[in-house]
Amino acid sequence: MQVLFISRFPRTLALVLAGMSMAVVGMIMQMLARNRFVEPSTVGTVESASLGILVMTIFAPQAPVVMKMLVASVFALAGTALFLRILRFVPMRSVLLVPLVGIMLAGVIGAVTTFFAYRMDLLQSLGAWMTGDFSIVLRGRYELLWIAGGLATAAYIAADRFTVAGLGQEFTTNLGLNYRRVMLLGLSIISMVTASVVVTVGSVPFLGLIVPNVVAMMMGDNMRRSLPWVALLGAGFVLICDIFGRLIIRPYEMPIGAVMGVVGAVFFLYLLLRRNARAA
Amino acid sequence: MQPEVRKRRVRAVIALLAVLSVVAMIAFMTLGARGSWSFILSFRGAKLAALILVAYAIAVSTVLFQTIMENRIVTPSIMGFDSLYVLIQTLLVFFIGAGPLSGANPLLVFVGEAATLLIFSSLLYRWILSGAARSPHLLMLVGIIFGILFRSLSSFLQRVLDPSEFLILQDRLFASFNTVDTSLLSITTVVVAMVTVVIWRMLPVFDVLALGKNHATALGVDHHRMIMVTLGLVSVLIAVSTALVGPVTFFGLLVANLAYLILPTSRHAVVLPVATLIAVVTLVGGQVILERVFAFDTALSIIIEFVGGMVFILLVVRGAAR
Repeated sequence: MQVLFISRFPRTLALVLAGMSMAVVGMIMQMLARNRFVEPSTVGTVESASLGILVMTIFAPQAPVVMKMLVASVFALAGTALFLRILRFVPMRSVLLVPLVGIMLAGVIGAVTTFFAYRMDLLQSLGAWMTGDFSIVLRGRYELLWIAGGLATAAYIAADRFTVAGLGQEFTTNLGLNYRRVMLLGLSIISMVTASVVVTVGSVPFLGLIVPNVVAMMMGDNMRRSLPWVALLGAGFVLICDIFGRLIIRPYEMPIGAVMGVVGAVFFLYLLLRRNARAA
Repeated sequence: MQPEVRKRRVRAVIALLAVLSVVAMIAFMTLGARGSWSFILSFRGAKLAALILVAYAIAVSTVLFQTIMENRIVTPSIMGFDSLYVLIQTLLVFFIGAGPLSGANPLLVFVGEAATLLIFSSLLYRWILSGAARSPHLLMLVGIIFGILFRSLSSFLQRVLDPSEFLILQDRLFASFNTVDTSLLSITTVVVAMVTVVIWRMLPVFDVLALGKNHATALGVDHHRMIMVTLGLVSVLIAVSTALVGPVTFFGLLVANLAYLILPTSRHAVVLPVATLIAVVTLVGGQVILERVFAFDTALSIIIEFVGGMVFILLVVRGAAR
């Protein structure tokens, strides 16, 4: 019984919350950037968040976790804003150029983080943030993820606004919405969710890419209608990956980040090649 | 510009770069030396030789790869070749086991690994030729995601491995600029020498290949066959550099673009030496500066990653703006 309440229960909750919110955040990002291939781990949001955590670990190691998460959110916000800024310099927006620039930006930010982590002997902790792993989740160590869950719910309420913002600045303003405010709201939700997930369990790569695309294939782009499905599928997918990771090398565990990396990359390739096959 | 002036300029640039690289090499061998010279010379000499081999391998493979792809942003490492090499090593240990593998003839293993790389690259090239990858962006993105996939697969398999086997794999894989794997030095030197002879004899062919398929065929070059030979050379060179210092994603991109910037020519007899010399200067010089002046240790690859990533974004964005 104790196992159930101290370890299994929190772990399942953590998986559901993280899976749900990361999938939802991926969808919002795809709406705002008007591109199917972006998600926090392909545009540098995750890397910026871990840079933020690194800064906190170096300068204020005693700070409470919430504080670390907030600082990480600010960094994540700045990183994502930088990405959107760079995109503005690309006049002819090619669908494939956006993720290309994003992945490279993620690499550059990651190099900065690695450099400082290396100088400060923190490479090992950095590895922990970059590979999602739910095996450390116990009661009292995952509660931050409720914030992510809450934010995902908020995103559901604001879903229509994001759909509109995705149609462009002029269109949004025409409909009487403040474009900048909607963008800022969306980016804040993305950053805070990413930061809280990275702080508690580490990065879960590609989740925000796979789930929204699968849902869009099945039921189209109406965000309010598909968002609950995205959340549900995200949670279910993470659960399955986690169970798989726990079974494959019993009695040890495969961190979920390693499983997701493989599954996500294969899926990404499928998306790219399928899209192209249809366009040809 | 008159041809004669041009020739003089080429000579001047090459001479300058050669002087710079000799200075870098001398600095590498002598700066901060303390204790027995015979030890220092042999210890640093091996490292220096490895760095030069790597510089040569990366510069030449990148330039040749860009020639046959007719694109100056893609490089073998951006297309995931380095990561594939790591994956092949991991698979070998995974399926054959570390024991039999370390007993096998290292040259044989090396050739096998290079051959696997060649198979992958020719499949990739066939896919490009089939017209599926009309946009260079798609090509790059697919390559990058392949790289991520290979890396994830390797780390996945490495976690499944038995810890003692993993230790052996780690020994083979975790080469970096600071812990150069000097045990492979003699094999790789021989291999690189053989590759160099082939490249030397093919120099005019590369100039023709750069013109594109139609022109090359019209000029009497068996395009398909020559592409396959070039891909083979590139695969071997990538295997050499990755075996010695591990994957370095952006170095080739930097070096090749710098070479074209300094001497805008498409003659491979000029571009290849210039790119190689630039690579030697930056690699050896960078290592000296970081090690002796700033006392940073393995930060060189991180810095290359940082600068290279930014240059890549710049190139891609500028290319798209045009």
